[in-house]
Amino acid sequence: MEAILLTIVLSPLLGSALAGLACRKVSRAWAHWVTIIGVGIACALSLYLLKLYAIDGHAVYNQPVYTWMVSDGLRFEIGFLIDNLTVLMMAVVTFVSLMVHIYTIGYMQDEEVGYQRFFSYISLFTFSMLMLVMSNNFLQLFFGWEAVGLVSYLLIGFYFKRESAILANMKAFLVNRVGDFGFLLGIAAVAMYMNSLDYAEVFARAPALADERISILGGSAWSLMTVIGILLFIGAMGKSAQVPLHVWLPDSMEGPTPISALIHAATMVTAGIFMVARMSPLYELSETALSFILVIGATTAFFMGLIGIVQNDIKRVIAYSTLSQLGYMVVALGVSAYAAGIFHLMTHAFFKALLFLGAGSVIVGMHHDQDIRNMGGIRKYMPVTYWVFLIGSLALIGFPGFSGFFSKDAIISAVHHSEIAGSGYAYLMVVAGVFVTALYSFRLFFLVFHGEGPRDEHAREHLHESPKVITVPLILLAIPSVVIGWLTIQPMLFGDFFRGAIQVIPEHDVLAELGEHYHGPLGFILHGMMEWPFFLAMAGVATAWAVYLWRPEWSERIKTALLPLYQVLDKKYGFDEFYQFLFAGGSRVIGRLLWIFGDRKLIDGLIVNGSAKSVALFAGVARHLQTGYLYHYAIAMILGLLGLLTWFVYF
Amino acid sequence: MADWPILSLTIWLPIFGGLLVLGSGDRAANVSRWLALAFAVLTFLATIPLWTGFDSSTAAMQFQEKASWIPAWDIHYHLGVDGISMPLILLTSFITILVIIAGWEVIQKRPSQYMAAFLIMEGVMIGVFSALDAMLFYVFWEAMLIPMFLIIGIWGGPNRVYATIKFFLYTFFGSVFMLVALIYLYTQAGSFGVLDFHAVKLPLNAQILIFIAFLLAFAVKVPMWPVHTWLPDAHVEAPTGGSVILAAIMLKIGGYGFLRFSLPIAPDASHELDWLIILMSLIAVVYIGFVALVQADMKKLIAYSSIAHMGFVTLGLFIVFRIAANADAHSGAVLGSEGAMVQMVSHGFISAAMFLCVGVLYDRMHSRQIADYGGVVNVMPVFAAFMVFFAMANAGLPGTSGFVGEFMVVLASFRADFWYAFLAATTLIIGAAYTLWMVKRVIFGDIGNERVAKLTDLNGREFLVLGLLAAAVLILGLWPAPLIEVMDQSITHLVQQISVSKL
Repeated sequence: MEAILLTIVLSPLLGSALAGLACRKVSRAWAHWVTIIGVGIACALSLYLLKLYAIDGHAVYNQPVYTWMVSDGLRFEIGFLIDNLTVLMMAVVTFVSLMVHIYTIGYMQDEEVGYQRFFSYISLFTFSMLMLVMSNNFLQLFFGWEAVGLVSYLLIGFYFKRESAILANMKAFLVNRVGDFGFLLGIAAVAMYMNSLDYAEVFARAPALADERISILGGSAWSLMTVIGILLFIGAMGKSAQVPLHVWLPDSMEGPTPISALIHAATMVTAGIFMVARMSPLYELSETALSFILVIGATTAFFMGLIGIVQNDIKRVIAYSTLSQLGYMVVALGVSAYAAGIFHLMTHAFFKALLFLGAGSVIVGMHHDQDIRNMGGIRKYMPVTYWVFLIGSLALIGFPGFSGFFSKDAIISAVHHSEIAGSGYAYLMVVAGVFVTALYSFRLFFLVFHGEGPRDEHAREHLHESPKVITVPLILLAIPSVVIGWLTIQPMLFGDFFRGAIQVIPEHDVLAELGEHYHGPLGFILHGMMEWPFFLAMAGVATAWAVYLWRPEWSERIKTALLPLYQVLDKKYGFDEFYQFLFAGGSRVIGRLLWIFGDRKLIDGLIVNGSAKSVALFAGVARHLQTGYLYHYAIAMILGLLGLLTWFVYF
Repeated sequence: MADWPILSLTIWLPIFGGLLVLGSGDRAANVSRWLALAFAVLTFLATIPLWTGFDSSTAAMQFQEKASWIPAWDIHYHLGVDGISMPLILLTSFITILVIIAGWEVIQKRPSQYMAAFLIMEGVMIGVFSALDAMLFYVFWEAMLIPMFLIIGIWGGPNRVYATIKFFLYTFFGSVFMLVALIYLYTQAGSFGVLDFHAVKLPLNAQILIFIAFLLAFAVKVPMWPVHTWLPDAHVEAPTGGSVILAAIMLKIGGYGFLRFSLPIAPDASHELDWLIILMSLIAVVYIGFVALVQADMKKLIAYSSIAHMGFVTLGLFIVFRIAANADAHSGAVLGSEGAMVQMVSHGFISAAMFLCVGVLYDRMHSRQIADYGGVVNVMPVFAAFMVFFAMANAGLPGTSGFVGEFMVVLASFRADFWYAFLAATTLIIGAAYTLWMVKRVIFGDIGNERVAKLTDLNGREFLVLGLLAAAVLILGLWPAPLIEVMDQSITHLVQQISVSKL
């Protein structure tokens, strides 16, 4: 077993090293073959493990690989925890990664430099992500957590000559670091109170500390579990781009499209969702933390979706869609429907990777023009891309039968059944979000694929379907986007697929309530088609059709009518400007103040050089006393004598 | 093997080599370079038995040598190492090799004297780490100033005179008080033996005065806020090799001083005044982080970054008492101190690497200003890969050594007080901000100007030096267990020692 696990983890790393360290010395074909083989091995073995665990019911594997260090009785280990949650994540990660590897051959064909580097990075990413999901302890989790952040940084800044790209990658890293700051403190709290970093030990010790209270500010007492839960979730807010730490994700679109699909849609950004699901034994002990998660997720789900409606860059529309969908997953976590969150994570990974890679196919066709206003009528030039994009969009809006329908409907129903604080607000947000999702998805779809052909004559001439190396991964991703929900809803939500991996206390178990009314996928579909979300989704599509295809002039009219709202959305609620002013500007002002007044004026000017100067001043005065003239000294002696005598005579 | 005077060998071999190199003169510059390298490598080899032959199951001093030196004052030539000093000695001998190689063709002015200064410096620094007699320690301590004074004063930049005087007076100011404290301790303990100092009982007011005297000496060396302002100036003016030794080794001597003198000799005063050190450490982490952000000079930026990172060392050492007082913390006092030690070793690698990276650029462009660069990756891809790697290590990325110490100290300080950990952990953001912002402006982007366009990538010598450091950073980051194991007994013993009152 250990050999299999090590092979899964190390083969992408080896591929990355072989392609990366010998970057310029190896041919392009070598770079992509060596990495594809590495990830291919990992994928095949992950699928094997999936079968072993999901079908054959293999026992949970939890073993250390090596001891990182032991200090003060605290063991820091590197090790693997393999259960059904892990194997599911491994299968998703390696499968999407493999598709992206193959797709990249076509997408990066015209890149002159960096081809090898790119393959090296995405394989390194696969390694890091696997380390993250396979970890059995907080140390390795944090390692994977930051390592995927590093690769994300490197890939967003892949086109390092572009100013916008190298600004975006720094922003992404720093915003993630704000999240990691909370995450690290959460780990420190766990290490202090549970005195271990091993999941199994921590989960075993947590219930005993459920009523523990700690004081942080003055006399106010906080529940320990709430503090730990919120601190860890701040990490998830950074990685999974939840409001207000979401600002980096839209900018991350500066990276090449394949990594937008892999890292910034399907896998890395879902690390936060995975983490909270993994920590379910801790989160179940604090309703306050769950409510916090719920409200953050619901806010992200609705308000980030709204921005998607006004974006004109094909990738940014999908990026805001990703933010919104991550919000849905977080909402699921907040109502303790962890399994539904993971379920949506999986379906989303397939259809969102499909949408991004489909967008990439369009972008390649359009010669790297990403503005949807310049597109239109692409359907007839790129039939395969058209159909897979349609499948992806239907899955995204939750059209009955498609994978996204099952997962999204499950989340909405779960929120409906939940009684936790904030669930009313969350229900409103996620239901309204369905309309918004349908609207922005089909706005994008109609503007790109339907209507008049591309405005640019030149673009139209060169527009043709992408090569097989691009379309085959698209088709392979389209298949699960359609069928995966139908096939897996039963075991994942209402069966015992996650067994011990996810723990929910009975009072919170909304999925069990749903399960009572569950009668097979077909019944789920029929039931769903009589509910609000379905009608809202259809209304969204109809609106998009009316406004952008049937009566295109309406869109301008609506924009003018709702100008203030449009401007707020266009400015993305002003988060960027606000952060730019407060943090980027503010910290530089503070730095400059401290440097100039603290270091240079006060310490150096006054104290250090000041004491040097006062020595010089004193010496300068004292020097005048020592003139070397005998008569000066004689006078001084006489004056002194006179003074002494006067003293004795009169006192 | 155990009977060999290994410590004496590691002190006097480089000093002897230095004198030999000095004698070889500048006419045959290559001979003196190779000679210097040979002695540096030999010294490194001589330090290896200290690691392999080290008994990590005891906190006692090992490889001890003791001979009478000045019998009238009961001063001995007494050497020995434990798990605290031994890793620092290996760090010294390792870094010295790199410095010699890094200065190879770069130093054209009096190369033999340059090489000799570093060899002598090495011997003296190893002397500081291994001296167990307070007077011997003091002699080595002050002797250290001379080669560094010369290195900055002769091979330094245009403003070197101000920098050297500032450096000299600052550090000398601190050490005078230490001398007074040592002499007082002699009158109390009846000998200059450091281990005797550890055992002697002292009233609280005497301890406090001693603690403050030591603090003045060590705080300047570390350097701690607010006595840190000599460091940026010294770094900016020092040649690359000088900066490397300064950052990688000399700063560690301050941290070592706290471990060897302040804490065990004046534990009650340390307890009494721990708030002061914690405060100064946290200011170093936060305040200096912000100051680093606005630096326009790469070397200044890294110098400030060093001060912030050394804040973790002093924080890790002095949260011991607060952790012991916290009933909820199972333990963690040892964790913090070991974190401080790891941070010292790691900072030795990373700061050395960062200064060498700046040196690589400076040798080509003769500028340290960030604004003069831009888009270096386009012409120096290999160098850029190294620089980004070390920058990430500087920002404490897990998997690199920079993470280990900071992680341990944050974990430990959480056990002392939530807010200590909160402020310390801000380095995750601020440290990444100043490091990556510099990388963005220097490395990334389109080619900034014509001079950048003409840069050539690393040569074999530079590649070797940075490659060795990268390997060290990675190994310590991925597997710190051996280092922790070596120091564990000594640190545990120290923590027990200081938890017993000496009143």
